[in-house]
Amino acid sequence: MSRRLHPAVAGAQPFQLAERDPDAPLFGSEEGRERLEAILSRYPTRRAALLPLLGYAQELHGWISTGDMEEIAEVLELTPAYVWSVASFYTMYNKHPAGRHMIQVCTNISCHLNGAPRVLEEFLEQTGTVEGETTEDGRFTVLEAECLGACGFATAVQINDAYHENVTPEKVAEILASLDGPESS
Amino acid sequence: MAYPYRDDRETTTILSRHMGEPEARSLSGWLERGGYEALRKAVQMEPDEITEVVKESGLRGRGGAGFPTGMKWSFMPSEPSGPHYLCANADESEPGAFKDREIMRWTPHLLIEGCLIAARAIRAEHVYIYVRGEFFPVIRVLNQAVVEAYEAGYIGESVCDSGWGCDLTVHIGAGAYIAGEETGLMSSLMGGRAEPWMKPPFPAQRGVFGAPTTVNNVETLASVPGIVMNGSAWYRQWGSEKSPGTKMWCCSGNLTKPGNYELELGLPLGEIIHDVCGGPPEGRKVKAVLPGGSSTAFLTADELDCVTTYEGLQEAGSALGTASPIVLDETAEIVPAMRRIAQFYAHESCGQCVQCREGTAWITKILRRIEEGDGEPRDLDTLYDLCDQLTGRTICVLADSVVFPLRSSLDKFRHEYEALMRRSASVAT
Repeated sequence: MSRRLHPAVAGAQPFQLAERDPDAPLFGSEEGRERLEAILSRYPTRRAALLPLLGYAQELHGWISTGDMEEIAEVLELTPAYVWSVASFYTMYNKHPAGRHMIQVCTNISCHLNGAPRVLEEFLEQTGTVEGETTEDGRFTVLEAECLGACGFATAVQINDAYHENVTPEKVAEILASLDGPESS
Repeated sequence: MAYPYRDDRETTTILSRHMGEPEARSLSGWLERGGYEALRKAVQMEPDEITEVVKESGLRGRGGAGFPTGMKWSFMPSEPSGPHYLCANADESEPGAFKDREIMRWTPHLLIEGCLIAARAIRAEHVYIYVRGEFFPVIRVLNQAVVEAYEAGYIGESVCDSGWGCDLTVHIGAGAYIAGEETGLMSSLMGGRAEPWMKPPFPAQRGVFGAPTTVNNVETLASVPGIVMNGSAWYRQWGSEKSPGTKMWCCSGNLTKPGNYELELGLPLGEIIHDVCGGPPEGRKVKAVLPGGSSTAFLTADELDCVTTYEGLQEAGSALGTASPIVLDETAEIVPAMRRIAQFYAHESCGQCVQCREGTAWITKILRRIEEGDGEPRDLDTLYDLCDQLTGRTICVLADSVVFPLRSSLDKFRHEYEALMRRSASVAT
């Protein structure tokens, strides 16, 4: 993982993954400092690095704590309140720790027409949780998602970084069973 | 047909020609397919020459608004007094649309090539590709292609050894529909909430980082290399005078063969739905179609002979939008479908304008009430009233986007709303 990223893509790493290292410092490590420098080199203002750095925090920790936001505010010379105002605007930033498997079921119009509400119900029932909550063992968070941009493959379900397409209620058990295998990274 | 979404008409595979070929993702595979030849040609051309070819081709923006691309480019200052920027809008999030995702995941170099050519035309020194954050697999493919293109000198200090330099950065969003609106995108790119701003000033005068900026959709940019390589007359052999070329059609909803199809502009809508996509499953009948994505007005089964050009769908009372027909068959109910659409816009309203923030939320609540059988006849008047209040009064068109389907559903499917009212009336007595 410590392979150096090209600056052109350093701020664009998929970040909604299972946590890599919950206790790692954001910018105390060599990797963190390299990422910060690479990202800053791509924009004419420091503020523009905010979204890439929030993404980096989530990629590393699995979620973004107020401590992370304070650290980011400091390196970008912004106020913590400003960073929070931006982080809270975007749905993909987890403001609380999420389950190891973040299951997002699209129920928007095309999926809705193809039975998405039943797929969502099935995921909730089989994981034994309610929408937006995480199971007690920390394995699953199930969310109703807005359009995932896979309307021709309804119902679309995103689990961490993987897309599952043409999902029907009958396929839910199989999908959940496959998640118990080796962690995807 | 090697790839399920490819139409078998030979003439219509400009954008989708190499979809389904994993080798086309790598630089070597792309070069074998004639990749970057258009860029090599473009770096030898003067910026205004490139703009002129694109202007003559009649290419129109594929992100929804349909503004002529060459004209948009010509608004950029011809003598830069500072940096210029190009933003590639890859924040695809209009419900029904899934074309940019396919372009990027199969042919990332096509987008990169289009970006560089456009950047030369508008004298940009840096391109930002703003990709929707949820597209993890797509982002990986695109990142890999960008790094390869940098290493081979197609991006960087001297593009194709021409002495002209241009940088490119992949920037990812974090789940906000409104970041797909061009000023919202720029707000987000600058490290803010994705809040749209008033125009003027237009982006070509004052855009991202206060500099002249052009924002183009992925599909628009991916159409550019072919036009530069083969000329405007070549592109105009497809489509109509006002809507030349081909377009990716993202077909979804109740269809036997949903998917992406690249088609010449101007086919009758019914032909796309029935002949290309096989119509609704199990021989069911079409009830309604949202022809350009969820933000366009409903058409009924009787209106499917309209022509799929920008002007044709406008005449039919709807819009081409992102060319993403969502088909509802006779088993689908209009009110729950409309409620789901409204719920999306309520969720995605950025909250700056009162009409939009409150209006989209109230529309959703009223529709839910009707759906659950608790509606009252006067609710329909309230919905019409909200349509009037939400139209043309906000910074961006998100509020208008919910009005188009809502008003048309009230006009054309009033009986479905009333049937739910009667149900509640009979329960009450």
